[in-house]
Amino acid sequence: MLRLSSRLGETRFRRRANRIFLRKTMPTKLTVNGRQATVDAPGDTPLLWVVRDLLKLTGTKYGCGIGQCGACTVHLNGQPVRSCLTPLSTAANAKITTIEGLSPDGKHPLQIAWQEMDVPQCGYCQAGQIMSAAALLAKHPKPTDAEINDAMSGNLCRCGTYVRVRAAIHKAAGMPPAQAQRAELATVTAAEEEEL
Amino acid sequence: MVVTRRSFLHVSALSGGGMLLGTYVGPKLSGQQQRQQAHLEPNTFIRIDPDGTVTLISRNPEIGQGIKNMLPMLIAEELEIDWKSVKVEQADLDEKYGAQTTGGSRAASNNWIPMRQVGAAGKQMLIAAAAKTWGVPESECFASNGRVYHRSTDRSLGYGELAAKAAALPPPDLQSVKLKPVDEFKIIGQSTTGVDIPLIVTGKPLYAIDITMPGMLYAVYQKCPVFGGKVVSANLDEVQKLSGVRHVFVLEGKVKVAPVLEGDPGLEPGVAIVADTWWQANSARQKLKVQWEDGPAAQQSSEEFQRHADELAKQPAQRTIKNDGDVDEAFKSGAKVIEGAYSYPFISHAPLEPRNCTAHFKDGKLEIWSNTQQPARGRALVAKNLGIDEKDITIHLFRAGGSFGRGLTNDYMVEASAISQKTGAPVKLLWTREDDMTHDYYRPGGFHYLKGAIDGSGKLVAWRNHFVSYGEGDRFSSSAQIQPGEFPAGFVPNFRTEASVMPLMLKTGALRAPGANSQAFVMQSFIDELAHAAGKDPIEFRLELLGEPAKKMVTEAAKPKVENEPAHRPDDRNQQAYNTERMRGVLHAVAERSEWGKRKLPKGTAMGVAFHYSFQGYFAHVAEVTVLAGNKLKVNKIWICGDVGSQIINPSGAEAQVQGAVMDGLSELMHQEITLQNGRVMQTNYNQHMLLAMRQAPQVDVHFVHSDNPPTGLGEPALPPVLPAVTNAIFAATGQRVRTLPLVKSGFSWA
Repeated sequence: MLRLSSRLGETRFRRRANRIFLRKTMPTKLTVNGRQATVDAPGDTPLLWVVRDLLKLTGTKYGCGIGQCGACTVHLNGQPVRSCLTPLSTAANAKITTIEGLSPDGKHPLQIAWQEMDVPQCGYCQAGQIMSAAALLAKHPKPTDAEINDAMSGNLCRCGTYVRVRAAIHKAAGMPPAQAQRAELATVTAAEEEEL
Repeated sequence: MVVTRRSFLHVSALSGGGMLLGTYVGPKLSGQQQRQQAHLEPNTFIRIDPDGTVTLISRNPEIGQGIKNMLPMLIAEELEIDWKSVKVEQADLDEKYGAQTTGGSRAASNNWIPMRQVGAAGKQMLIAAAAKTWGVPESECFASNGRVYHRSTDRSLGYGELAAKAAALPPPDLQSVKLKPVDEFKIIGQSTTGVDIPLIVTGKPLYAIDITMPGMLYAVYQKCPVFGGKVVSANLDEVQKLSGVRHVFVLEGKVKVAPVLEGDPGLEPGVAIVADTWWQANSARQKLKVQWEDGPAAQQSSEEFQRHADELAKQPAQRTIKNDGDVDEAFKSGAKVIEGAYSYPFISHAPLEPRNCTAHFKDGKLEIWSNTQQPARGRALVAKNLGIDEKDITIHLFRAGGSFGRGLTNDYMVEASAISQKTGAPVKLLWTREDDMTHDYYRPGGFHYLKGAIDGSGKLVAWRNHFVSYGEGDRFSSSAQIQPGEFPAGFVPNFRTEASVMPLMLKTGALRAPGANSQAFVMQSFIDELAHAAGKDPIEFRLELLGEPAKKMVTEAAKPKVENEPAHRPDDRNQQAYNTERMRGVLHAVAERSEWGKRKLPKGTAMGVAFHYSFQGYFAHVAEVTVLAGNKLKVNKIWICGDVGSQIINPSGAEAQVQGAVMDGLSELMHQEITLQNGRVMQTNYNQHMLLAMRQAPQVDVHFVHSDNPPTGLGEPALPPVLPAVTNAIFAATGQRVRTLPLVKSGFSWA
């Protein structure tokens, strides 16, 4: 039967990743959502496919592959980037945050506002929308409509949820400040590293 | 599910003391027989566990239209449970659930009564179980919030405690169960937020593309850029050596290239590359060199279609679709005769989740994980193409990352299945965006050559439409037809719709509001032209056209609009009558809400109106636009009034569907166009087939007019009037009449 891995369980992912990528490539160390991961993949592999298929963090979505839709938006050192165009080599020494790591408990003000405002329709683009919005709020805690439009117009929504996305960003901006993004979840212990 | 008069309730016990409640179609069995025939596996919609947990099953595929809330809300209302405590599960494909298709905006009308009956029957049985326990009459008991209470003694029992006993009772006759009066609704009519949102906002695996399983391989499938093109040769050996590649092989395909294609033609020829990761498979594909035999479809081009259409328009039409009165005579005597040639392009569905499917063929059995809208048709197509029995195929359904009709066809399911059959491994096939856009079932383009006449009093007296479309002989390509009853048929004394067709070797199909999404633009634009020619206010002219007193006309819309869509049930006929009173109602309402003709607007700013009836919904829109120098367009606001019956089931979901329809319509209006050169689709990604961006999103005012009719669906009918409301506003602002889509072709761009 199908197994949808709904937890990080990165040790398992890394083991699998290592099994798959026994290539002549240098292992790349990554910091994803505050945790260390090592992947063996060519440096030009887009970060999108590293997080989705190697680390099994499938919240980041593939939509276009050419930086047009924003569904694959993640944070690289706090900046929103299109992971489909970000090579693994660029991400190596950066702090990467995906939707799974935006908050430890799904209670980022944006996640709450998205729920309360019933924003998603199909929901496929929404991880990217939220990651772009989180970067916006980090920079402009009380954004204007124009600032929202500027920050969000690279995130396409095929269902057309824009009216609610905008409203939900305003709503989140009115909530208590975001809890510090999960900087340090559990750090992988030396023993776990050995196991790899 | 279609619960017919032959549908009966079925109840069964869960181990540990719970109950399952469902319906089945067939001869009514006694309780004794039911228990003996446990293998019947009736439709199961309600599961009550001993701990009181209530799980409701949503049988139709969720594609973003909110059905995973709407169907369970109907059950929960009558079952008397707290919505917050309800768990909702997506059903897999299984006969026990009846038809499981998402399409045609029919879920609300098809389920409004049956799902409530199921919930009410469950409540009735739980009350009976409690009454029996206490030895009191059922009439002294009532249910509330997941418990049954005895009115006079304050005793109560939870549903979990009663489930085992209820499961042993004979189920009531489904038709006899009493439904709640509307004024007692606690859940229906209240906004509920999407049941999957907690998973969506935290990035949990939810979509077919997120599936992973042990031993799973990833595949890409390279098809010919021309539909049906065959593989002559390919450098398979070279690709086989590339990093991570496990299998490379050619699939012959089963499709036939013909002037009218089958609705879902089946497996197309191509080269499959299967690797350890998708990126490896797709990287290997960059090194793949295929020599194709393009076949006859390579002769096609958009320019040639346009030239051919103009030529056909000059000749007598190939056939007549509808003919009332004497159009030619009326044109001779008309006070004012105007003509207009309209056209709209092929467009792509382009849901954000690219086509993907995971399949595992093992020991003659096939298991499929898919986001399809029509799983049963997919299963039949797979069985036919792979030469296996349908009963050996299991399909699991997943939330789709958008669909808009794309998932009505199952080409990608067949490809994944064929690739897994060849490799024996579980395989996730994922198309690139480029695959998705160049191998769609496109909304067909079309050409309308219109002529209309106004008499001395400004009344529309004659209408002729020579529709040039795609097909051969009497057959239209999928979704490329025109309905004889297409408005304003029946409202103009002299009326003729004629058609001529050109062969098309390209897959076409249903896109959100099929037929209506293009016809509304043409009809409501030309009606606007006629209103201006008559010197009348566009809303007044439309009201006069609809006429008084109100009338109901059974339209041809009762027939399925497109080949890929299941037919309406015969008993939907009554609801398919075009009711002018309802349309007049939404027109009046939208005029009032938008303050039509009452506000002084600055130069370059104006309002336009359009209405359209489709998928049982009556919608009238007013758009306010500003056109700046250089044809820079800003849509300031769109007011929408819709009549979809007596009750909006989930107001938040309903409003969202309408807001989304506006954005969808504006995307189609400004940019979207698929063109062909040498049989190849020229647009490959969102930079060439653009979606509306947030900065272009207008304000949207949504209002529902409640009428005394059963509730109907909202996935589609709010879309069609969006385009003509805006283009009619552009005319009012600039005097420029838009007769060709998309707007970029006429030099427009977003401000």
